[in-house]
Amino acid sequence: MTDLTWTSANAIAYAVHDGQVSAHDVVAGSLARIAGQNKVLNAFTAVTEERALKRAAAIDAARKNGERLGPLAGVPFAVKNLFDVARLATRAGSKINRDNPPATQDSPLITRLEASGAVLVGALNMGEYAYDFTGENVHDGPARNPHDTARMTGGSSSGSAGAVAGGLVPLSLGSDTNGSIRVPASFCGIFGLKPTYGRLTRARSFPFVGSLDHLGPFARSVYDLALAYDAMQGYDPEDPVCVNRAAEPTASLIGNGPDGLTIAVAGGYFRKGAFPEALTAVERVVTALGVTREIEIPEAERARSAAYVITATEGAALHLERLRTRADDFDPAVRDRLIAGAMVPATLVDQAQKFRRWYRAHMLELFKHVDAIIAPSTPCTAPLIGQQNFVLDGVEMPVRPNMGLYTQPISFIGLPVAAVPIPLPPLPIGVQIIAAPWREDVALRIAHALERSGVAAAPRPRESA
Amino acid sequence: MSDPLDDLIDAAARTLDLPIEPACKAAVKTNLKVTLDHGAHVAAFKLPDHAEPAPVFVA
Repeated sequence: MTDLTWTSANAIAYAVHDGQVSAHDVVAGSLARIAGQNKVLNAFTAVTEERALKRAAAIDAARKNGERLGPLAGVPFAVKNLFDVARLATRAGSKINRDNPPATQDSPLITRLEASGAVLVGALNMGEYAYDFTGENVHDGPARNPHDTARMTGGSSSGSAGAVAGGLVPLSLGSDTNGSIRVPASFCGIFGLKPTYGRLTRARSFPFVGSLDHLGPFARSVYDLALAYDAMQGYDPEDPVCVNRAAEPTASLIGNGPDGLTIAVAGGYFRKGAFPEALTAVERVVTALGVTREIEIPEAERARSAAYVITATEGAALHLERLRTRADDFDPAVRDRLIAGAMVPATLVDQAQKFRRWYRAHMLELFKHVDAIIAPSTPCTAPLIGQQNFVLDGVEMPVRPNMGLYTQPISFIGLPVAAVPIPLPPLPIGVQIIAAPWREDVALRIAHALERSGVAAAPRPRESA
Repeated sequence: MSDPLDDLIDAAARTLDLPIEPACKAAVKTNLKVTLDHGAHVAAFKLPDHAEPAPVFVA
């Protein structure tokens, strides 16, 4: 085993278990790739080299002593820089937060992955305060798409997607408030999992919109997603939203395939405005799964509007004091949206929250008749960095707030989604596999079947091949 | 006659003690208009008087 650039987390862990490769060599290889390629990809904002090598040495020593290793033994991973990492300031993509004192301990999701044997190698670039779909950051520079470095990674988990798609690490963590896992997974051609709202603890991560924030993994295979997700499940009283629910492992279930599942494709709103490549990607998935049923998600467009209002206002409330005192230190594009959010009448927010309950009830009714719904992740493939506008359904719109057209109505009510990459030439694009609350296993089973059939795959960028 | 949205921004900025550089005002206005349009779209949906909000979603 020499080149591990494109090796899965699972294969790495097996190799470390079997002694084919040491954890040290795996981690050193990842660190070397980061040193070589991050100048171009700009995925990492901090590299925790000393810590990672120490951790790898401990894993190798444990193996030598005959100790049992975890399912992610020796697997390098990195986290969006809104996760607390001990001894690093949690910058959350901002200039302002890097003035904060360093975190005193890791986010529990980091701790849980490391308890499974994974090795943290660094923190990753992101859109400022997660209010972004582009992956452009005025303070740290744009993360670049490994498939075409002139193009966006998507955001806000920009570095999380770029690092995995570029082969720097096989696994990363990001956050998804309105689509910030699913949009960059789509643009960078990798798999992502946004679990059910309340499933994974968000303790010691910097918030954006508390009532919409989720954390989740990125990987280049569905099995790796499942391994990471399983390692991170479990109640955490430090996150008041984290549900006290027994872990429901998925890795052993994903091979069950989609037999017995009722799957539908979302029509109406989820076709409106989609570029041909998004429709082609959905069609490939629908054909591979033999889906014949099309359903209308009720009031999806209004759900997106409600998510938009809640995001603007909750985000503004979170940052109000910083807007008063440090306005010049924000990314102007983020600041001006937040200021506007502070001025939205409360009556509209209340209506949005009431509508949310209505919408949830109707979506749950749909899930009495289907197990999963297929929908595009993004309306198009990755735009060029710096592109301000695109044309959707004949209307020119700004890219930054509108790339979440198809993701926002889903995260609005916290449904679990496996985002799968469809390797269309010249650029990949993602499709959402949406399941009922707490049924991540269903979404992952379908994603795995698509991967096995070759319809979904994380294509290797030319530069890293 | 002044634009009501400009008036709202000026009044809200004063009330919230939220200084806005003149150069930023156009972008704030654009963003506010988009958000209010989304809000109007939501508000146009008729809900019963007893509808309860879902401020923190429970799956």
